[in-house]
Amino acid sequence: MRYVLMLCSDVSDETVAGQDPDMVGCGGWTEDMERRGILRGATGLRPSSDATTLRVRRDEVLLTDGPFAETKDQIGGFSVIDCADLDEAIELAAAHPWARVGQIEIRPVWQP
Amino acid sequence: MTDQVAAAVATAFRAEWGQVVATLIRMTGDWDLAEECAQDAFAAALERWPRDGVPRRPGAWLTTTARNRALDRLRREAVGAEKLRRLAVLDAPDSEEGGDENGVGDDRLRLMFTCCHPALGLEAQVALTLRTLAGLTTAEIARAFLVTEQTMSRRLVRAKTKIRNAGIPYRVPPAHLLPERTTAVLGVLYLLFNEGYAASEGADLVRRNLCGEAIRLARVLAALMPGEPEIRGLLALMLLHDARRATRVDASGVLVTLEHQDRTRWDPGEIAEGTEILERALLEGRPGAYQVQAAIAACHASAAKAADTDWAQIVALYDRLALLVPSPVVHLNRAVAVGMAEGPPAGLALVDALAESGELDGYHLLPATRADLLRRMGRDGEAADAYRQALTLAANDSERRYLAGRLAEVT
Repeated sequence: MRYVLMLCSDVSDETVAGQDPDMVGCGGWTEDMERRGILRGATGLRPSSDATTLRVRRDEVLLTDGPFAETKDQIGGFSVIDCADLDEAIELAAAHPWARVGQIEIRPVWQP
Repeated sequence: MTDQVAAAVATAFRAEWGQVVATLIRMTGDWDLAEECAQDAFAAALERWPRDGVPRRPGAWLTTTARNRALDRLRREAVGAEKLRRLAVLDAPDSEEGGDENGVGDDRLRLMFTCCHPALGLEAQVALTLRTLAGLTTAEIARAFLVTEQTMSRRLVRAKTKIRNAGIPYRVPPAHLLPERTTAVLGVLYLLFNEGYAASEGADLVRRNLCGEAIRLARVLAALMPGEPEIRGLLALMLLHDARRATRVDASGVLVTLEHQDRTRWDPGEIAEGTEILERALLEGRPGAYQVQAAIAACHASAAKAADTDWAQIVALYDRLALLVPSPVVHLNRAVAVGMAEGPPAGLALVDALAESGELDGYHLLPATRADLLRRMGRDGEAADAYRQALTLAANDSERRYLAGRLAEVT
């Protein structure tokens, strides 16, 4: 079986939100998992305040500042992309078929 | 002498602040550093211009001073590859106007488009525009938008953090994105203008001056993008509205409708300028929503008396606007014009159809418009009911007092 572990936090808790993953000590766990051949990939994300949410409706790209906050929404999958800037990320995400039925949150990956 | 120099610095601040900040952001990639160094440059001007005289090109002097200041700071702190890379950019002989892929290379334009990037919230776009382009302080912007300085400061910090961390590019968008991004910039400028326009006479001066700031930024944008008639359409629209700003409320702060405004107090200079800008924009044959709205404003501005208003022409312009902006508010305004051109019953039929659709439920101008039409038809009882309904929905004090006055007339 393969599983995705989703690392969540209470964004209203200032001591947790926006923490540098290295400060929490995520690195040690990651190294251990890599050594044991279990980890298939991992990355920290920038806080949700740096997110942009995108939908495409009637061929129009609709952007919102911030995460797709509704609690009834659930993550259905993810893709990691490597591109020049947010404008390119928006164009690539807008071309994803899911943008027409659901929404896609574009969240920058944590890079030290 | 000193007064003259102080005035020269103040003039340079208004004219050059945005340019200095915009150039420093391009050079350093650091918005906070850019603002701080721009501030330092103006402080240096206050100190040195009285002694050395006002430089021939104040903008170039200020940019060079700010750049040297940034160099000093980065050298002092320089550790790591990133800082060294920035230093290399700053040290290079002025790499002026590299030009983006569409050939528009002005730094202020890059800054405008970045501040108004759709991935930022509208409030953040407005705040960033006023801080970085217009040079208002955080405290002033907070006063203008009636929030605490702390709230405004957080909003600005968060927006700048997002620009940096989310990778919002500092550039004029490429051609395929330019039309919609230009629309976003115009939307921010118009929102700024409307905030100032809605401010009462007693409101803070900074808030009332938002109209002036919006017009000033629109002038810059129009000069930098001469090929876009909609920018000039918006500039014309704002000038034509601003021309009658002094007459829109009476001495006691009650709303005065267009019909009853003292037209001798409208600003003839702004009307002439707005009309000329609009006429030239229309010659390009690409009328957008701002140009059409400006044309409607020009119809009002060119009527010496309310009775001279060419309502048939205004109805035709609203028809056009409704095609460009299919919004129920446009249809409501069109109904008002029809009520003037063809008589109140024709207008009332349209308003009733709109009410039926339910699209404007809760919007106070729907019952207010209905009330005015009924009053003009002599149906006072129904008019009174509609005025009462409008009063329960209206939030703005000067509008409420206007509606209360009308209600008293029909009861």
